[in-house]
Amino acid sequence: MIEPMDFLLWVRGTAFDVSLGIFVIGVVVRFFEIFSLGRAANFAEPRGTEFGPGMRTILTRNIPEAGTFKRQPLTVIAGYVFHIGLLISLFFFVPHIQLFAATFGFGWPGLPTPIVDAAAVLGIAGLLAVLWNRLTNPVMKLLSDKEDYLVWVLTFLPLLTGYLAYHRMVDPYPLILGLHILSIEFFLILFPFTKLMHTFTLFLARWYNGAMHGRRGVES
Amino acid sequence: MTDNSSTLGESLRRQGVTRRGFLKFCTATASMLALPAGMAPAVAAALEKARRPSVIWLSFQECTGCTESLTRSHAPTVENLLFDYISLDYHHTLQAASGAAAEAAREKAMHDNAGKYLLVVDGSIPLGHPGYSTIAGISNLQMLQETAAGAAAVIAVGTCAAFGGLPKAAPNPTGAVSVSDIITDKPIINVSGCPPIPSVITGVLAHYLTFDTLPELDQYGRPMAFFGTSIHDRCYRRPFYDKGLFAETFDDEGARKGWCLYKLGCKGPMAYNACATMKWNQGTSWPVESGHGCLGCSEPSFWDAGGFYKALSIPTGDISRTVGIAGAAGLAIGAAAVGLNRAAKSRAKQQHGTVTVDDLEKTS
Repeated sequence: MIEPMDFLLWVRGTAFDVSLGIFVIGVVVRFFEIFSLGRAANFAEPRGTEFGPGMRTILTRNIPEAGTFKRQPLTVIAGYVFHIGLLISLFFFVPHIQLFAATFGFGWPGLPTPIVDAAAVLGIAGLLAVLWNRLTNPVMKLLSDKEDYLVWVLTFLPLLTGYLAYHRMVDPYPLILGLHILSIEFFLILFPFTKLMHTFTLFLARWYNGAMHGRRGVES
Repeated sequence: MTDNSSTLGESLRRQGVTRRGFLKFCTATASMLALPAGMAPAVAAALEKARRPSVIWLSFQECTGCTESLTRSHAPTVENLLFDYISLDYHHTLQAASGAAAEAAREKAMHDNAGKYLLVVDGSIPLGHPGYSTIAGISNLQMLQETAAGAAAVIAVGTCAAFGGLPKAAPNPTGAVSVSDIITDKPIINVSGCPPIPSVITGVLAHYLTFDTLPELDQYGRPMAFFGTSIHDRCYRRPFYDKGLFAETFDDEGARKGWCLYKLGCKGPMAYNACATMKWNQGTSWPVESGHGCLGCSEPSFWDAGGFYKALSIPTGDISRTVGIAGAAGLAIGAAAVGLNRAAKSRAKQQHGTVTVDDLEKTS
């Protein structure tokens, strides 16, 4: 008989080790892939530097472009709301910080639970809004493929189960805590092989964009 | 040995318990069992008339901590008298008889009260080898099956009897199992805890005497009245958890101020028990109040649920090691892939031939 407690022990034990292992191996190999592809040598005479504009673009791309905001305000607003809600819940909930501290050997101060709770609600609401947008906006619908929906589910489940676990809305608690950890394990396993990789690669992409434009002496 | 003719009311009066004391106990019991206040007189009337139930207590792979806990429940109270009142016909730690006489007492009680006696078990049952734990040459498994056959109900006292407990902890050398793993055709009530709170067992007995039924049970067969809410939800330190105020060590300022013990490994969020409300030692204190996190001792597999001093959110394995090994493996695989890629590229470069317009015209 699989009991909630056995299930919790399994997701906290073997399953976590396996999914974390796949995550780390996958991410490292993906980086090797990206770097080893390299770039073709550019023989044109550079008109500017690469490093400065590259680093600057990493920061400036945090601000949405005015035209995009005008055309797709919901994408921009809901996108920001869900990312901020997700990041606050992930990095400032004390039990999560304990996990990072156990992994990396250092932690940081957490936020009071009512604030994290509000952030999680924002995250869930933001994710529902982006899904609604994806399903109702004809352009978004056309652009979406299976992976987009898969990634949405992978992101939504940890937030939802985390919210249910924190509010103890499912009995017994070991079951919902176990489901929350399991949802994270699915997230970790598929992370390197889906567009979830953007968590890391966005910095490379932004740098590359900025550097390319910088070399040509134009604004990025 | 068994005088089943006197009622509980008579027995208590004989022992000098006043009517007022008895009614106070009944009211407390009714509230403990989460019954409406109006039920207190019904509890009193039923207990007054209740007959001495025969109880057989079997101890298997256990440490006697459960018996210690129950016999040392604050003395001498009505709870204790109620506990004395039951006809404890066999308990090899407490009984005076030994050897063949002791076993004879068990067999007599089983025979005289067939189908009516209560069976209390503490300790787990080894299935690895019958010789791991025997009483009078009878294996624990055989004695449990024999004695449970004629029991009205079985009460598994302590986490070992309820879930396997410490003997079942990995790697479970004796193949220990719980009572409910073996007995499936009798009502079983699990009173888990390492040890369980004394008042919980008297509460369960009072419920059985009053209503002749077992109380409402949770999915682990534990009485809802005592195991219905978690330690975390009833903890007086909970506001500190919500405010984000935690003790980081056992002797820092947070510990002295009584802040939340989550970071020090408190398993309160996953533990269901009544410690936070009923407390221990006559309501004096309980583990969290004395400054130590909950171990979650009332839950199955609590011995294997990670370090006692590691937060509940931390996986049980060595995650730094996993990250290190996986990182190294990733580097090796990535480097190998890059090497293969480079080799393929340079081979392609070597085989690269120049094609002229004339060559193309020749082939077409």
